[in-house]
Amino acid sequence: MLKIIFSVIARDLQLAMRRQADIVSALFFFVIVVSLFPLGIGPETDLLRKLAPGVLWVAALLATMLSLPRLFADDHRDGTLEQLALSPYPLGLIVTGKTIAHWLVSGLPLALIAPILGVQFDLAADALWVLTLTILIGTPALSGIGAIGAALTLGLRGGGVLLSLLVLPLYIPVLIFGAGAVEATVSGLGGDGHLSLLAAMTTAAIGFAPWASAAALKIALE
Amino acid sequence: MIYWNSFADFLAMGGYGLYVWGSFGVTALVMVAEPILVARNQRASVARLKRQLRAEQRAESRSPAA
Amino acid sequence: MIDRFNLYRFASPATFYPLAGKLIPWFAAAGVLFGLVGLYIGMLVAPTDFQQGEGYRIIFIHVPTSWMSMFIYLVMAFWAAIGLAFNTRLSGMMAQALAPTGALMAFLSLWTGALWGKPMWGTWWVWDARLTSELILLFLYIGYMALVAAIDDPRRADKAGGILLLVGVVNIPIIYFSVKWWNTLHQGSSVNLTKSSMAEIMLWGMLLMALAFWMYAIAVALARVRTLMLERERNAEWVRKMLSEENA
Repeated sequence: MLKIIFSVIARDLQLAMRRQADIVSALFFFVIVVSLFPLGIGPETDLLRKLAPGVLWVAALLATMLSLPRLFADDHRDGTLEQLALSPYPLGLIVTGKTIAHWLVSGLPLALIAPILGVQFDLAADALWVLTLTILIGTPALSGIGAIGAALTLGLRGGGVLLSLLVLPLYIPVLIFGAGAVEATVSGLGGDGHLSLLAAMTTAAIGFAPWASAAALKIALE
Repeated sequence: MIYWNSFADFLAMGGYGLYVWGSFGVTALVMVAEPILVARNQRASVARLKRQLRAEQRAESRSPAA
Repeated sequence: MIDRFNLYRFASPATFYPLAGKLIPWFAAAGVLFGLVGLYIGMLVAPTDFQQGEGYRIIFIHVPTSWMSMFIYLVMAFWAAIGLAFNTRLSGMMAQALAPTGALMAFLSLWTGALWGKPMWGTWWVWDARLTSELILLFLYIGYMALVAAIDDPRRADKAGGILLLVGVVNIPIIYFSVKWWNTLHQGSSVNLTKSSMAEIMLWGMLLMALAFWMYAIAVALARVRTLMLERERNAEWVRKMLSEENA
């Protein structure tokens, strides 16, 4: 079981490495969106510190969405997806692998660069640490839920915009607890409660979402 | 039985007239417009499908086959 | 055996279409009747609320529309589950026919909430847990309708929409509780739109209005499902027969 997941991850990572530009552009999108906010709002550090969790998290939601339409589309176009669906392994496991691979190339880089952007917003060290942690454990849920949207909109015209319409409302709990944890740390309340709920949501999303995506893929392939 | 003393009182809604009638007015508008739109769609569908059917039947009767 | 047979018969469009046509006037009449009695009680008979003044009368629309917006989504998810489990044609069409009405109910709930909030809270919009959840529910309706509209093949539209509805219905409690938690942390407004200490007559008015909205939603959804059926089954024997009979 794990072997299938790992081989799918390895394959998708290999494909992603051939298109490093995509990963880098999503990352720069994140950086640029976050940097636009101080320009739009003003440089007062007190205000920026207060806005930072929300701004960074909303930007992270949008950045992870950029690569979602490609999640299944490339495999769909060259027929790989149909092969995978016909394989003797449960499609849910294959989708789990693809979801994890998506997180490795879209969510993980965001978590690595987030503390640098947090510094621009004058976040303290503990808040920076929590910010990194929330993005690290929150983005897998985004990849999982996003995969459902990507599967539902596979091959549809206007798929990208439609995808965001479907997926963004479902991202709201992750946003609330992710940004909430950072904010609670900034205000000195401690974000442990938020963090555990965020971890619970990610676990649930990684466990259940791939099966919903697999069902949606089967419908799209019919 | 009726709570209001006059019609003007009823319209004024104790100063909340704008908000109360704004709510009821828009709701009434929506609940009248939606059935009208649905009925119009239904009529348009029936008319279009009938036209298509008649066109098909004419084409069939004209063709020499069968 | 006979029951099973009947159930399937009613689920078939050829039987359901005329049945729905016969039922619509009854539901519409019931809706008008409940609505008139509800409005009579709510607007003319019920006394004022000593805290909120006459502005409280907005709840006679606000509460029923909020209930209906949530209830309709649940009903759509129910049809989606039936459709995915038993592969019935009617279920997907029912879900699609209900969606616009559900979205309108969510819109009306927000609209009346804003008009209630202005005099009570002093602002049109408050990021109150319930209003926020209602807004997200409206987004879910819009997402569903956009997805279904984007898929040309009706069978795929039904099934993909069904999966989205089931995912949504699983998420609604999570969204609601996260929004609620977010709201308490940020100390949002604690004034409730509904009062627990409502006079009995007000409660009756509200229940009648809720029944009126319910009947209205059924009537409109049945009317819409008829159009959907006609379009989808345009080449079926029963549609052709019906159209040519009406022709004569």
